[in-house]
Amino acid sequence: MLTVDGLHAHYGRAHILDGVSLTVEPGEVHVLLGRNGAGKSTTMKAIMGLVPPSAGRVTFLGQAIAGRAPFEIARAGLGYVPEDRRIFAELTVEENLECGRQKPRDGQRPWSVERVCELFPSLAAMRRRPGGRMSGGEQQMLTIGRTLMGNPRLILLDEPSEGLAPVIVERMAAAILALKAEGLSVLLSEQNLSFAYAVSDRASIIEKGVVRWGGTMAALMTDEAARRAYLSV
Amino acid sequence: MSHLLVQGLSGLASAASLFLVAAGLTVIFGVTRIVNFAHGSLYMLGAYLAYSLVTWLPRGHFPFWGGVVLAALLTGVIGVVVEVLVLRRIYKAPELFQLLATFGVVLVVQDLALAVWGPQDLLGPRAPGLRGAVDVLGERFPLYDLVLIGIGGVVLLLLWLLFQRTRFGVLVRAATADREMVGALGVNQRWLFTGVFFLGSALAGLGGALQVPRESVNLNMDLAIISEAFVVVVVGGLGSLPGAALAALLIGQLQAFGILVFPRITLVLVFLVMAVVLVVRPYGLLGKRPGGHAASVTLPEPPLAGLTGRGRAVVALALVLCVVLPPFLGDYALVVLSELAIAVLFAASLHFIMGPGGMASFGHAAYFGAGAYAAALLVKHAAAPMEVGLLAAPFAAGLVGLLFGFFCVRLSGVYSAMLTLAFAQIAWSTAFQWVEVTGGDNGILGVWPSAWAVPKLAYAYLSLALCLGGTWLLRRVIFAPMGYALRAQRDSALRAEAIGIDAFKVRWLAFALAAAFAGLAGALFAFGKGSVFPTTMAIPRSVDALLMVLLGGVQTLIGPVIGALAYTGLHEQLVRVTELWRAALGAIIIALVLFFPRGLAGFRRA
Repeated sequence: MLTVDGLHAHYGRAHILDGVSLTVEPGEVHVLLGRNGAGKSTTMKAIMGLVPPSAGRVTFLGQAIAGRAPFEIARAGLGYVPEDRRIFAELTVEENLECGRQKPRDGQRPWSVERVCELFPSLAAMRRRPGGRMSGGEQQMLTIGRTLMGNPRLILLDEPSEGLAPVIVERMAAAILALKAEGLSVLLSEQNLSFAYAVSDRASIIEKGVVRWGGTMAALMTDEAARRAYLSV
Repeated sequence: MSHLLVQGLSGLASAASLFLVAAGLTVIFGVTRIVNFAHGSLYMLGAYLAYSLVTWLPRGHFPFWGGVVLAALLTGVIGVVVEVLVLRRIYKAPELFQLLATFGVVLVVQDLALAVWGPQDLLGPRAPGLRGAVDVLGERFPLYDLVLIGIGGVVLLLLWLLFQRTRFGVLVRAATADREMVGALGVNQRWLFTGVFFLGSALAGLGGALQVPRESVNLNMDLAIISEAFVVVVVGGLGSLPGAALAALLIGQLQAFGILVFPRITLVLVFLVMAVVLVVRPYGLLGKRPGGHAASVTLPEPPLAGLTGRGRAVVALALVLCVVLPPFLGDYALVVLSELAIAVLFAASLHFIMGPGGMASFGHAAYFGAGAYAAALLVKHAAAPMEVGLLAAPFAAGLVGLLFGFFCVRLSGVYSAMLTLAFAQIAWSTAFQWVEVTGGDNGILGVWPSAWAVPKLAYAYLSLALCLGGTWLLRRVIFAPMGYALRAQRDSALRAEAIGIDAFKVRWLAFALAAAFAGLAGALFAFGKGSVFPTTMAIPRSVDALLMVLLGGVQTLIGPVIGALAYTGLHEQLVRVTELWRAALGAIIIALVLFFPRGLAGFRRA
């Protein structure tokens, strides 16, 4: 569904991605693991076109998307949920969701404000509240909902558990599994291994801009050497 | 009491006009982050178009208001053409380049308007049925102004509905906060930007068209309104529509009552209020600190190198030529030589704060003019000789630099550029309005050099000696501890402060030093011309200095010298070969920015 092949990216002179390759299959939740600064967020931004890739190929649903404008990539059906949420603070919940709305796609139940509120019931009570006056967890729900409004086929979900209370993290895991059950593919970036284990089918571990390990989540949980080499702090 | 009420109403009327123009400017800035100098030109075009349409169409209510609306829509279309042809290509260029490109558009529009409508003031018809005045508690108030207030209110309401109740409005507000995220959500920003430009330009056109029944249409409308609109937008907070409305009300009332209380300093008053607001609230009354999603990693500039073998030889050769050549030149060539020398020092002084200092000034003419006026005033009122004038000028300009710089160097980017512009406009307004001392628009005449320097050859040598000496001194400072500190705070203010450099003080002193040398250049300019006029510190002269620096390359030492020579030469040639030299210059500026969007001459890295 999504194939990333030899992706390179730079910030100024700093070489952040040094040939990342990975594949996300239809309907799977694929987690990108790695330490701080390993290149997880940059991989997502480079796939989305927010950081222009300096080399490499990205293929999504059979189309080459590397080098295209972010809005074109989004319209192709790739949704992006940023790590820092990037809620429009002055806009209400409804208006934030409106910003994400795109045309429905064939063969998919289109997302609406009501459907987002079904997925995240706590948003239903605050539809007129400005995004800036919400808690971190509520903002995280809103940013996911906003991206879903674009009716994506796959979402890039950058560290959704970061800085959230354990009870909210559990709700996030439930939401991701619900989305997976609907057939949505997810590329998740995480530092929280137990959260990743709860939701993911397969994992790729990234270090210094390269994928060092790939396999099923179950295999990773039995491979203590890999965990110690790439994940322990 | 009734008098005050009428004054308040006329303040509301000017607030309504100001709001129309400023609303467009602030919405365009909010989404595209471009400070559009050409917004005043669109206002002027709106007025000219309305004049033509209304005089061409038959008389009557419908043709009159139809003509006004049509002029606004046409202006919107012109704005879209400008956006698609020019601005769309430079959204990622540095702010100053964007500002310069839009100034290029100003120049082109000025000459186009001159070619189409001619140089004379045009008086349009009054609005049908609104010629008279109404009785307000026994005082007469123009009916049309009352209608204008109403239109201002209606437009405010419509804009509010547009931004709150439509998808376009919601997206514009979202893009004002974080346009990259809006793009990642699948919104094509191009259409958003073009739509915003149409809206903003049409509002400017409407503002201009509605002035036709009130005042004459002329070629000075563009820069006159853009300064006021900048003030409103900056006071309200860049990008904030409610801020623009609030600031328009404030400035409108200030103008209306300022005339009663301080009739002689109405122009200064407005800029003074802006300066005060920016000092207290640097991002305007309702503005927000610019968002942290600029995702830009700024790299330190490369270290500057002194001259080596071949460079030294070229400079030595040029200096020898400066000494040997003048006796063989005619009077005209000598005058040009003096002007070139003055341009070099003026450019070098601006370069000193822009390059090594990393600060931008959009009002460097203020210090050039301060020096020129200081010298001229001493000659005129104290009968001082030229030598005293030349000696006093850098001190006077340096003092002005200390005063203005104290406020300006605290801000950065567009905000600092706007504040320097505001202070330059204060200086300009003072020269323009303080007629007893400065002679106002008539300037100060008879500012001649001492007898020994009257011959063109002697004056050329004097200019060369002082200007090249000044440029050399500035260069020395760049390689002195002061220069190291200046460059350190440019690359990282935080790290510089951590090793004990007082970044504010360094920036402040550098600003004043640059002002002093600009003042010396200004005084030489005054004695060379024998007169001083307020244009010495008007916006176009500040732009001249910027162009010279950007043309030569900001992060090179020889840049300002080459830039000054190239620009002054280009200017001379253009004026000689074509009547449309403004348009030609504007087109060249636009072309330079378009083809070198990351800086000219490849000297400046992205």
